[in-house]
Amino acid sequence: MIQYLTNNHEIVWQALQEHLYLALLPILFGFAISLPLGYLAVRFSWLYHPLINTFGVLYSIPSLALFVFLPVILGTKVLSPVNVVVALTVYTVALLARTVADGLRSVDPVVVQAATAMGYRRTRRLIDVELPIALPVVLAGLRVATVSNISLVSVGSLIGIGGLGQLFTRGFQLFYLEPILVGIILSVVLAAIADLIIVLVQRAVTPWTRAA
Amino acid sequence: MNFSYLTDPAHWDPSNPGSIPNLILSHLGYTALALLIGAVIALPVGLYIGHTGKGSFIAINAGNAGRSLPTLGLLMLMVTLLGLGLLPVLIALTVLVIPPILTSAYAGMRNLDHRVVDAARGMGMRPWQVLTRVELPMALPIMLSGFRNAALQVVATATVAAAVGLGGLGRLLIDGLAVNDYSRVLAGAIVVAALAVLVDLFLALIQRLIVSPGLKGS
Amino acid sequence: MKRIVAAVAMALTLTACGANSDPLSNEPASSGAAGGGAVTVGSANFPESQLLAEIYSQALEAKGVKVTRKFNIGAREVYLKALQDGSISLLPEYNGALLAALSPNGIPAGVSSPDAVLTELKKVLPSGTEVLAQSAAEDKDTLTVSADTATKNNLKTIEDLKAVAPTLVAGGGPEFSERQQGLKGLKEVYGVEFKEWKPLDPGGPLTVNALKDGDIQVANLFSTDSSIVTNKFVTLADPKNLFTSQNIIPLIRKEANSATVTGALDAVSGKLTTENLTSYLAQVQVDKKDITVVAKAFLSENGLG
Repeated sequence: MIQYLTNNHEIVWQALQEHLYLALLPILFGFAISLPLGYLAVRFSWLYHPLINTFGVLYSIPSLALFVFLPVILGTKVLSPVNVVVALTVYTVALLARTVADGLRSVDPVVVQAATAMGYRRTRRLIDVELPIALPVVLAGLRVATVSNISLVSVGSLIGIGGLGQLFTRGFQLFYLEPILVGIILSVVLAAIADLIIVLVQRAVTPWTRAA
Repeated sequence: MNFSYLTDPAHWDPSNPGSIPNLILSHLGYTALALLIGAVIALPVGLYIGHTGKGSFIAINAGNAGRSLPTLGLLMLMVTLLGLGLLPVLIALTVLVIPPILTSAYAGMRNLDHRVVDAARGMGMRPWQVLTRVELPMALPIMLSGFRNAALQVVATATVAAAVGLGGLGRLLIDGLAVNDYSRVLAGAIVVAALAVLVDLFLALIQRLIVSPGLKGS
Repeated sequence: MKRIVAAVAMALTLTACGANSDPLSNEPASSGAAGGGAVTVGSANFPESQLLAEIYSQALEAKGVKVTRKFNIGAREVYLKALQDGSISLLPEYNGALLAALSPNGIPAGVSSPDAVLTELKKVLPSGTEVLAQSAAEDKDTLTVSADTATKNNLKTIEDLKAVAPTLVAGGGPEFSERQQGLKGLKEVYGVEFKEWKPLDPGGPLTVNALKDGDIQVANLFSTDSSIVTNKFVTLADPKNLFTSQNIIPLIRKEANSATVTGALDAVSGKLTTENLTSYLAQVQVDKKDITVVAKAFLSENGLG
C-alpha cells in the first residue's frame, strides 16, 4: 500500500481534493437552505408533513440516478461536478431540514413565552433564543449529513466524477486491492476529521450542553 | 427522458429474467437478507449495551463510523477479495444496516423511564421478565424507527450491487447508463423510490401492530 | 424545489468560474487552443482506454501542452456526450466501434479494412470533432470461450456458435447487449442468440473470472487482453466481419487541436502496435503496475518521452 501511495501520490492527492470539495460544498449549501426551510415547517405547521414526506422520497432516489438526471434537468454538462454537488445538496437538505424543524420544535414553549415577555420580537427571538437552544439537535443532524455525504461522493465514480471513488473503480477494474483500500481508508479518515471538527465547533458554540 | 421503459408491458413480463418484477424480487432479496443478518448481529449487541450501559462509547460512535464506510468501495473490495456472488453484496449491505439498528436498540434501552423499570422490579418481576415484558416493549418504537431507517438506506443503496455485475434494480441504472437509455434509468429511479416508500409503509404498519397501545399516546 | 436547485447550480457555476486554478473547474478546454493550450483528456471505463489516455496525456505534456485528465467516464454512449458538450476534448477511440456507434443504420456493406473504416468514419463524426492519424494497433471485441467449451462443441468461429448458443450463457460489459457490434449484430449477422446475457464489466476481471469459473460460457473480451492466452481461452473467428477493424485512433474536438497536439499524438500512433499494446497492457492488468508508470515506460522506450 505504501508503494502504491508513493507511485500515485499525485492521483491520490487530486482524488482527495476532489472528494473534499464534492462532499463539503453540498453541506454548506444544504445547511443554508435547510435553516429557512426547517423554520418555515415550524412556523407554518401545515407545511411540516408535506415537507418531511417530500424529502423522504427525495432521499430514497438512488444517488446514481440523480447524478445522471441532473444534467438533463439543469442543462449542465455530463461531467460537471455541479451535478454531484447539487445531488448531494438535495440529500443534505432532505436530512437537515427535518432536523432543523425538529430542533426548533423541541424548544420549550415556556422559554419562547418568557423571551416574548422580555420583549424579544420574532426574528430576534429566533436568532437569540430558539436557534441556540435547537443547535445541539441541528449539529447532530449536520454530523450525520456530513459523514454520509463523504461516503456517498464515491458513487459518482460510476460516472467519472467521484473523488476517492475513482480509486475504487480503478482497483476494481484490475482486481487490484491497494487503490480500493487506500480509497476506503482515506474516505473514512476524512469523515472522521470532518465529524471531529463539527464536534469541536459544537462544544465551542454550545458551552451550556457540557454542564449537563 | 420519458416513461416509455416503465410503461412498456414487455418490461413487466415475469418470464424475462431482466424484467422489472424479477429485479424487484432480487432487490428485495438483498434488502431482506441484509436487514435480517444485520438485525441478528446488531440487536443483541445494542440491547446489551443499552441494558448494561457497558460500552456506550461503541454504540454512540458505531453510527457515524458505519456511515463513513463507503458502500461502493466496500463492495468492490469484497468482490475483489471473494469473487462474484451474493456474499460480497450481503457483507457490504449488512455493514450498512448494522449501525442504525445497533444505535437505535441502544437508544431505545437508554431512554426507558427508569421509574417504570423500578416499578416492574418492585412488583416482583424477574430480570428476564423485566427485559421481555417491560424494557423491550417500551424500547420498541425507537428500535423500529432505527430499523425503518436502515431499511430505507439499504433499499436505495442495494442499487450498487449492479455495479459489480449482480442483479437488483441497480441493473436499470447501470445498464441504462451504459447504453444511454435515460428512460430506463428513470424507470429504475422511480421503482426504487416507490419500493422505499412501500417498504417504509409496510414497516410502519408492522410498527402499529406490534407496539403496545399504551405507548402510542405520546 | 427546482428553483432552489437551479439557484444552487447557478451559485456553483459562478464559484467555479471565479476559481481558475480550481482542479474541478469545468470550463471547456477551448481557450488558447491554437498555441497548444489546455486539452482535457477523457477515457472509457476499462484499463486499456485509461492507459492510452495516459499515454496521450504524457505525450502532450512532454510537448508543453497543459493537460487535464478526466478518465474512467463510462461506456462510449456516455463519454461521447461528454465530448460533444465540451467536458472533454480528446479520447482514445477504436475506429470500427466508433463508426458503428455513429451509424444508426449499421456500417455500410463491404467496409472492413482499416482505411475503408476510416474513410466512412470521417463522414459521420459529430460536428466540431475530428480524428487524427490511426495507429496500426488493433483491439477488437471478441467472443471468447474456454478451451473446454471450444473442444466440447467444436467451436472455431462465431458461425459454429449458432447451434449451441441457446444453451450457453454469455457475459461482458452491459453496453454489449444493445450494440450493433454486440448481441444485436450477433443475432442479425450470425443468427446467434444466447440462453442468457449476464451484464458484468467491459473486458474486465469480473468477465474473465466468470468465464474461468464457468458462470458464463461465452465472454465478450478484448483481443489485447493477455488473460486470453494465460487462461488458454479460445477466441472465435469472425468470418462475417461483424467487429470490423478496430484501430486505435485519437478523437479530438477541433478547437483543442493544434500542430503541436497533432504532432505529439501522431508520434504516439506511429509507435503503437497490437503487440506492444498487448504487452504494456499486461503490465497494467497482470503485474498491477500503475498506468502512469506504464505510460511513461511506453513513451521513453519508444523515444517519445
